[in-house]
Amino acid sequence: MSALEVRGVNKRFGGLQALNDVNLTVEEGRIHAIIGPNGAGKSTLLNCFVGRLTPDSGTVMFHGKSLLGIQPYEINQAGVSRVFQTPEIFSDLTVLENVMIPALAHRDGKFEFNALRPMRREKDIQKLAVDVLEDLGMPDKHDMIASSMSRGDKRRLEMAMGLVQDPKLLLLDEPTAGMSRADTNNTIEVLRHIGDSRGITMIIIEHDMHVVFSLADRISVLAQGTVIVEDQPENIKGNVKVQEAYLGGAQ
Amino acid sequence: MLGLSRSDLLMLLFVLFLVAAAPILLNPFPEASRFAQFNAGYPDLMQRFVIFAIFAVGFNILFGLTGYLSFGHAAFLGAGSYAGVWMLKLLTINVLPAIIVSTLVAGVFSLIIGYISLRRSGIYFSILTLAFAQMSFALAASVLTPITGGETGLQTALNDPRILDGASSGTGNIPAPALFGLEMRDSIQIDFGGWLWTFNVGYYLSAFILLVAFYLSIRIFRSPFGMMLKAIKSNNQRLSYTGINPRPYTLAAFVISGMYAGLAGGLMVAMDPLAGAERMQWTASGEVVLMVILGGVGSLVGPVLGAGLIKYAENIFSKINESLLTQWFAFMPEGLTDFMVTIVSPFVGKGWHLSLGLMFMLVVTFLPGGLIGGVTGLFGRIFGRRSKAQGE
Ligand SMILES: Nc1ncnc2c1ncn2[C@@H]1O[C@H](COP(=O)(O)OP(=O)(O)O)[C@@H](O)[C@H]1O
Ligand SMILES: [Mg+2]
Repeated sequence: MSALEVRGVNKRFGGLQALNDVNLTVEEGRIHAIIGPNGAGKSTLLNCFVGRLTPDSGTVMFHGKSLLGIQPYEINQAGVSRVFQTPEIFSDLTVLENVMIPALAHRDGKFEFNALRPMRREKDIQKLAVDVLEDLGMPDKHDMIASSMSRGDKRRLEMAMGLVQDPKLLLLDEPTAGMSRADTNNTIEVLRHIGDSRGITMIIIEHDMHVVFSLADRISVLAQGTVIVEDQPENIKGNVKVQEAYLGGAQ
Repeated sequence: MLGLSRSDLLMLLFVLFLVAAAPILLNPFPEASRFAQFNAGYPDLMQRFVIFAIFAVGFNILFGLTGYLSFGHAAFLGAGSYAGVWMLKLLTINVLPAIIVSTLVAGVFSLIIGYISLRRSGIYFSILTLAFAQMSFALAASVLTPITGGETGLQTALNDPRILDGASSGTGNIPAPALFGLEMRDSIQIDFGGWLWTFNVGYYLSAFILLVAFYLSIRIFRSPFGMMLKAIKSNNQRLSYTGINPRPYTLAAFVISGMYAGLAGGLMVAMDPLAGAERMQWTASGEVVLMVILGGVGSLVGPVLGAGLIKYAENIFSKINESLLTQWFAFMPEGLTDFMVTIVSPFVGKGWHLSLGLMFMLVVTFLPGGLIGGVTGLFGRIFGRRSKAQGE
């Protein structure tokens, strides 16, 4: 069964056709990679899934329910979490708080008036957050203020914020950019493990082909707003169109 | 205990000690001393300290946690005051219903104004709250005169109905606000070898309510709800991608802070049953902003400190005049005395605002965490620990 069905999505910015009749089907429990040169429209496409942008035309269906015209928090509550390309975190809160907030949102919903419940009694939420941080290799940074972390750690933190919600669909926009080789490999391990054990559907945008080919079940190649190829990873490697698109993008 | 961590409990006990001992702590100079005019331990001023502390502690729940800067909270304080006087006129001279109804009326009023103002954020939100408050002020001073007493204000009178405890019971005097017979203006005075301590009923009632208000604010700061409010200040956009609808959270914070303002307004009229429109003016809204920033935005104790400091400056600095200064500097050579008096006098008496402004500039420039941030930073340095300012 398909988790996400994207049909005929168009998006214009002034004179720029950023997305041109994009179709995409993501099967449940699979990892779907979107690759393509810079400026191809990859992030724009994800923005159309989480309510940051509304497409000019087309449909985005998540498990049979439209994601268009509803608020970002409703999309998240429906089970879609996103990791942004430029880290979006709560900079002046601690690492642990950054992860507990999405965990609370997942458990309690979009609004809960619990002004007198002590946070330190939320042992379950705390444990969830601690475990996810541990999985991502950050067991010793709970009390650090998020803004003081390295770029790679901010990305891992944001991944923790997504994973702690146990989403149905996780959108990852260049999750390993700015990470060391070792951290990248660790991230691959974590994502693969989570994909296998929890069956979370993922869409991952990535430039690092090592990451893409390690994880992806299926790959879409986007160039100048158009999906030029969609295929199995092994068929993508030798594809002439893909090579042209990348060379074209590098001009 | 009380659902607080050890350090929070200590902080609460510290504030408890301060307010309980205030009549003694604030009167450090013997009556005969020439510094006696710096004593602040008289009921009228002490009541103002704690009542404005309640106002500031509540304001900090909105401004300190969510970062939404309201310039209109005096409107809620004013609404609370009017509601309080009406209760004292219509129901009973017992202050309890007045205080409760003040809080509720301010809650409803802030729900309406907050609902509209929170459609915007940043400077537009601030301007909207300012506009609403100025509108309320103008209405209270003119059109609504039958309810507010217009420019003369609203006060208790001899022929008020007071349906619960029958009018003024034939004494010919307007009854004084009381708590089950205990009059707010009643005091016990103790003359302790040169020192004069005044323990006042109204002050201790207000101080008790401040403690409850402060305790609730600690609980709110340490709750999941409070954490969401901090997240709103930190990154509102991100929070909505995290599955949270920020609007009801900010609105709840707005209404809570409005209710604190109403409570403060109710207590004011419980101490002195008179409410005027000037209580709603923008300067009054600005004052609470200054209190919170001076004390330390987003810290728990900061607003209490800021409120105390501003009220102290307003009431004590303003009393110092030129002849007093001349007296102080008289020990200097004559020319120097005149010189010192000329230098200092613009900053005291009517010029106390100048001192306040200067202090405010210094704090904002050099102590980003406010006075409380400065104090904690200093302690951290003295004890060699990593300074971790409250609420940062
Ligand atoms: N909000 C926006 N307003 C105008 N142009 C935009 C906006 N977002 C993206 N673009 C443009 O759309 C194109 C695609 O951008 P993007 O989706 O970020 O590319 P990618 O993520 O594939 O590198 C780029 O040319 C970019 O400048
Ligand atoms: Mg991008």
